[in-house]
Amino acid sequence: MPRPSRREIVSGLAAGGAALTFGAPHVLGQAEPHVVVIGGGFAGASLARALRREDAGVRVTLIEPSAQYTSCPISNLVIAGLRDMGDQQFGYDGLRRAGIEVVHQAATGIDADARRVRLADQSELGYDRLVVAPGIDVDFDAIPGYSQAASGVMPHAWKAGEQTLLLRRQLEAMEDGGLVVMSAPPNPFRCPPGPYERASLIAHYLKTHKPKSKLIILDAKDQFSKQRLFEAAWQDLYPGLIEWVSLSFGGRVTEIDPATKTLVTEFGSHTADVANVIPPQRAGAIAVIGGVADQTGWCPVDPATFESRLRPGIHVIGDAAVGGAMPKSAFAANGQAKVCAAAVVALLRERAPVVPKLINTCYSLIAPDYAVSIAGVYSPKDGLLTEVEGAGGVSPLDAPADARAAEAVYADSWFRSLTGEVFA
Amino acid sequence: MLLLGAAFGVMTIAPARAEAPAGASACSGCHSPAAAGVAIPTLQGRSAEAILADMRAFRSGERPSTVMGRIAKGFSDEETQAIARWLAENDDAAPQP
Ligand SMILES: Cc1cc2nc3c(=O)[nH]c(=O)nc-3n(C[C@H](O)[C@H](O)[C@H](O)COP(=O)(O)OP(=O)(O)OC[C@H]3O[C@@H](n4cnc5c(N)ncnc54)[C@H](O)[C@@H]3O)c2cc1C
Ligand code: HEC
Repeated sequence: MPRPSRREIVSGLAAGGAALTFGAPHVLGQAEPHVVVIGGGFAGASLARALRREDAGVRVTLIEPSAQYTSCPISNLVIAGLRDMGDQQFGYDGLRRAGIEVVHQAATGIDADARRVRLADQSELGYDRLVVAPGIDVDFDAIPGYSQAASGVMPHAWKAGEQTLLLRRQLEAMEDGGLVVMSAPPNPFRCPPGPYERASLIAHYLKTHKPKSKLIILDAKDQFSKQRLFEAAWQDLYPGLIEWVSLSFGGRVTEIDPATKTLVTEFGSHTADVANVIPPQRAGAIAVIGGVADQTGWCPVDPATFESRLRPGIHVIGDAAVGGAMPKSAFAANGQAKVCAAAVVALLRERAPVVPKLINTCYSLIAPDYAVSIAGVYSPKDGLLTEVEGAGGVSPLDAPADARAAEAVYADSWFRSLTGEVFA
Repeated sequence: MLLLGAAFGVMTIAPARAEAPAGASACSGCHSPAAAGVAIPTLQGRSAEAILADMRAFRSGERPSTVMGRIAKGFSDEETQAIARWLAENDDAAPQP
């Protein structure tokens, strides 16, 4: 189907949101149900695809301001100079070919009672069910001194794009012997092993090109994902290069001075040549505007349908959602999308949704030919997604080098499978 | 475009693809038929029996793996049978609607 014209959106509006494009359902005496999806990332784009696959009789409109999606997964390789940014970017033509109407605008408002979404150009779209998948916003209020402007000097690079390239350029420009300082946020945040994968790959770059340099990670936590695997690998591959400062040892950043690239902690201060500040995060702003985020800044959902606990008729998936033990990952976003799509179709067709099981797997590259993974299987229990006991866990600590190399190949394979399923 | 719209309308009457049992939709995150030539083995064209036998061997540890053992342990034999059956019947499902 073609992308909807302005006229079509307006006609949908005039029809009271009951999704009457082309009049075809009229002829058949049956309206196509209309699902609107806000956000074309791994969560939203996967959901749109899965919906069309589940039931081609559902009309799907995806709202996404950007004409190209830039993937965070594997972007740490770009920062380390091992991958081109172009390989991180995906367009929406595959979604259009699958019959999804893609509208390149931002959603600016949600009227849950009238079941309408407002777009940046002031037009409105009616829906039968809405899926909100805006990912995260970086919380610029969390650390005094940090701000949007400061991120132009001390990038977060936690939304892939210009920020990723900025951090790359700064590392390239740094002299040998320089000091790189990273700060890692408290839980929950996007991609729990991500900061440590990044530290590893930056260390790989430094060891290869600027061996007199050092990297300090200031952490707001006392523990992190796959910690023993990372620490053992750092010892092996990058001895003396990475220093991790935990919360208890003064790792929490309390203030930032962008003028001098200084990060202040409870115990002292560090002036960096290159600083990567990964601040606390919250659900994308439209979740707050739409009333699906609670006071924690995240969106509580039902673990079987991903329907909002706060606004019936609206589902939330991906990084913005919280519903138990699943981490915020692209893998989880894609899996939640498929489960949510099945539930949305069941609810539209007045069937009972299946009680789901979900999988998460996150690969972390510690060097280009060295990866480790964490896996988990999840099912709803007492209203929360709970890890199935006896399953999941991390790669063995004592695995041989060829297992690490195999996981590095599988990491790339996973990324291609995922982006193929979503964007091809 | 009117005809296309009508075609989609007609499809609303036909039943959609069989509902996936718990866990089955998660496998394509890695085993996607849409990505050819990747290192993770494809499940396309494999029978339910073959998938089930592999899953049992991963679960017991009889067949060594990097990740499948950790995943297979999360599913009962009954769940695994349902997943294997659905995957074998819908192995062309992922690329296009
Ligand atoms: C450095 C790094 C490495 C990572 N590595 C991995 C990895 O190896 N494996 C893994 O599984 N995960 C990884 N992740 C995590 C992964 O990127 C996220 O979990 C994933 O992107 C979440 O998907 P999402 O769709 O919820 O959010 P996003 O991917 O951020 O997509 C949200 C989309 O919504 C759009 N949007 C926002 N607001 C609006 C609005 N108002 N109207 C319309 N559209 C809107 C945005 O433009 C965006 O396109 C990594 C993350 C980082 C930062
Ligand atoms: C995180 C990625 C990932 C997910 C998710 C995943 N697999 Fe696998 N699968 C692999 C990898 C990698 C292998 C190769 C064995 C190994 O090292 O674990 C594999 C191998 C297999 C094989 C053996 C194929 C062959 O030809 O030898 C089967 C069968 C299989 N998986 C079934 C499944 C099923 C069923 C699911 C969903 C419940 C699933 N997989 C989910 C990554 C994955």
